[in-house]
Amino acid sequence: MTAKSLFEKVWDAHVVEPEGADKPAVLYIDLHLVHEVTSPQAFSELDARGLKVRRPDRTFATLDHSIPTLRPDADGNRPYVTAQAKKQVETLEANAATHGLRLFGYDAENRGVVHVIGPEMGLTQPGYTVVCGDSHTSTHGAFGCIAFGIGTSEVGHVLATQCLAQRKPKTMRITVDGKLQPGVTGKDVALTVIATLGFSGGTGYALEYAGDVIRDLDMEGRMTVCNLSIEAGARCGMIAPDQKTIDWLRGRQYVPQGEAYDEAAKGWLALASDEGAVFDKEIRIDGSTIEPMATWGTSPDQGAAIVRGVPVADNEDQERALKYMGFTGGEAREVEKVDVVFIGSCTNGRMADLRAAAAIMKGRKVAPGVRALVVPGSEWVRLEAEKEGLHEIFLDAGAEWRLPGCSMCIAMNGDFVSPGQLAVSTSNRNFEGRQGPGSRTVLASPATAAASAVAGHVADPRQFMALEEA
Amino acid sequence: MSNQEPIHSFSSRILVLPEANIDTDQIIPARFLTTTTKVGLGKVAFNDWRYTADGSNKPHILNEIDPTEHRVLVGGNNFGCGSSREHAPWALMDYGFQAVISTEIADIFKSNCLKNGLLPVVVSKDVHDKLLANPQQRVTIDLQNNALTLEDGTVITFEVEAFARQCLLEGVDAMGWLLKRLPDIEKFEQSHGKAA
Ligand code: SF4
Repeated sequence: MTAKSLFEKVWDAHVVEPEGADKPAVLYIDLHLVHEVTSPQAFSELDARGLKVRRPDRTFATLDHSIPTLRPDADGNRPYVTAQAKKQVETLEANAATHGLRLFGYDAENRGVVHVIGPEMGLTQPGYTVVCGDSHTSTHGAFGCIAFGIGTSEVGHVLATQCLAQRKPKTMRITVDGKLQPGVTGKDVALTVIATLGFSGGTGYALEYAGDVIRDLDMEGRMTVCNLSIEAGARCGMIAPDQKTIDWLRGRQYVPQGEAYDEAAKGWLALASDEGAVFDKEIRIDGSTIEPMATWGTSPDQGAAIVRGVPVADNEDQERALKYMGFTGGEAREVEKVDVVFIGSCTNGRMADLRAAAAIMKGRKVAPGVRALVVPGSEWVRLEAEKEGLHEIFLDAGAEWRLPGCSMCIAMNGDFVSPGQLAVSTSNRNFEGRQGPGSRTVLASPATAAASAVAGHVADPRQFMALEEA
Repeated sequence: MSNQEPIHSFSSRILVLPEANIDTDQIIPARFLTTTTKVGLGKVAFNDWRYTADGSNKPHILNEIDPTEHRVLVGGNNFGCGSSREHAPWALMDYGFQAVISTEIADIFKSNCLKNGLLPVVVSKDVHDKLLANPQQRVTIDLQNNALTLEDGTVITFEVEAFARQCLLEGVDAMGWLLKRLPDIEKFEQSHGKAA
C-alpha cells in the first residue's frame, strides 16, 4: 500500500465521485456550520428552487458576526448596530425554524463564535470534512479535519446536497522543530509561519503542521495555528490527532460516549500521515528561534519579532503599509502608542487565551487612555472564565468584559476602532480598515495584547512575565 | 434554472487599481455585510476608497469613470485575498465589472467569482506590466478560446478550471449538477455509515 498523508486519508474517505479532467470531485461534507452573515442568500436560493435542507442533522447554526456584545436593556432589547443587523439575525432564526436546523441562538448555553463552539461541543471530530461560509473554518483542522471556508453559493450547495464540487489541492507539510522559548505561544508560531510563507505562499495547498513544537502545543494553540492558515492563502491546515486531541474531546456533548469513544479514538489515531508520505512541498522552521511576534504592516505576513523593531521597507508594498500604519522603519515597537486592545475572536478567544491575558493583567491596570475589550469566544468560555474569576481580573484592570461574538475582529456589530487609532488585536487580519474605517491594527498573541494594554504601547510580554518570577 | 447568462467574448476598456494585495475588506467593508440580498452592492464597492466618513465622494477613479465603459478590473499583484464573503464579487459585478485580471487571485475569491460569472484572469508579470503601463487600453476577453487580447495585439491564453469554464460558457448550473448526483450521494451515505 502506498504511504498516504493525513490530508489524503481524509479526502479519499469523502469522495462520492472522483474528479476528472473536465469535472471536479463530488466531496461529501460531514459538518456544515452556518452563521447569519453568509447564509441568507443561500437559503433564498433553496427557497427559489423549492428545496429543503437535505441533512439538518449535519447542519448547525449560530449567531456571532453581527450581534451586539453588550447586554440587552431592562426590556430585553438588544443594542443592534443597525436595523439591518437585527433583520439579518431574525432571517437566520426564521430560516433555521423553516428548515428544522439546530440554531445556537440567544437562549442557547452554547452560543458563540462558530469556530469556537464547533470543537467545544464536539461537533468537530477527527477525520471529518467541515465547511462554513467563513474563511477561518481552517481552525477545525487542528482536530485532523479537512476544514475550509466556502462562499454563499457553496453554502447553498451543501445545504441542498451535503456535497461540494471540489478540486483536490496540493499538499504542503510545515514542520516546526525544536522547543519554544518561555513566553512564546501558538499565535507567535502562526505569525512566524505566515511571515515565512508570505501572503499567498499557501495558495492552492492544504497544509499539514508537524514537528515537536506543534505536538507540544495545547489544543487551543493548535487551533490558533490552523485558524491562520488562510492568511498565507491556504484554504485548510491540519494537524494529526494524538492522545491530546482524544483527551480534549472526550465527554463533549456530540462525540460518542463510553466504549464507543475509545473505539472511535483508535480510528482517529490511525489518521496520521504514514511514514514516507509524499508532499508537494515541505518547509522546516526552527521553533527555538521564534520570539513574541507583532505585525507592523497591513497584511498578516508583515510581522516580526517585537524585539527586532519595525523593519526597514525594501519594496513599495512595504512602504505603503508602513505609511498607512504611521510607523518608521528601524524604530523600536515601544514607541507605538496603543489606543485600543482587543482580546477575543476565533483565533484567540478561548479559555487558554483568556488565562494568558489575565496572567499579565492580574494586579495591574490598563494604561491611561487605552480602551481594552475582552470578548469571550463563546458562552461556555464566558461562564468558565467567570467561574475562575478571570472577568474580575479584567474588570479590576480597567478592561471591558463583553458577551461572546466576533466583535472587533470584523467590526460589523458596532464594536470598532476609530479612524487613526492603533489597536493591538488577538484577531487574524490587519488589513486597512478591517477594524473600522481608518483603523490601524497590530496582530499579536493574547499575552502580547495584555502586555501592550498595561504598558500603553506595543510591548514584549516577557518583561511582565520576568517581573513575576523575580 | 442557472446562476447566470452564458459568457463568450467581450471587449472593454480596463480600469487599473495598481495597489498590491487588494483584499476583500477593501472590495466591500464588513459593515456592509448585514444585507440579506445580493443586489445593490455596487454602490459600496471599495466604499472606504471612494467616500469619506460623512458619505461625500473622495477624488477616486471609481467615482469618475463610467462603469459601463470599464468592465475589466486590473488589480495589483495578488487580488482578492481575505474573507470568503461572496459579497465581494456581487459588489464588483453590481458596479459593472465582468472580469478581474491580476498576477495572482486568491482561492476562495476566485471560486466565488466563477460561481457568479465574474471571470478571474491570471496573467504573467510581463502581461500585467503591459496592462499597467497603458491603463487606458481596450482588451478583448474570449472565454471560448481562453484568450486575452491586449490593445497592442498581444494575445495570451489564460486558464480557467474546466468545469467552471463549462458552467460559464453553457450556463450550466453547478447546483443542478450536484442535485443530479443525489442517488449516488445517498448510496455513499449508506455505504459509509453516514445515513441519517
Ligand atoms: S471571529 Fe473574526 S475571523 Fe472568526 S468567525 Fe468571527 S469574524 Fe470570522
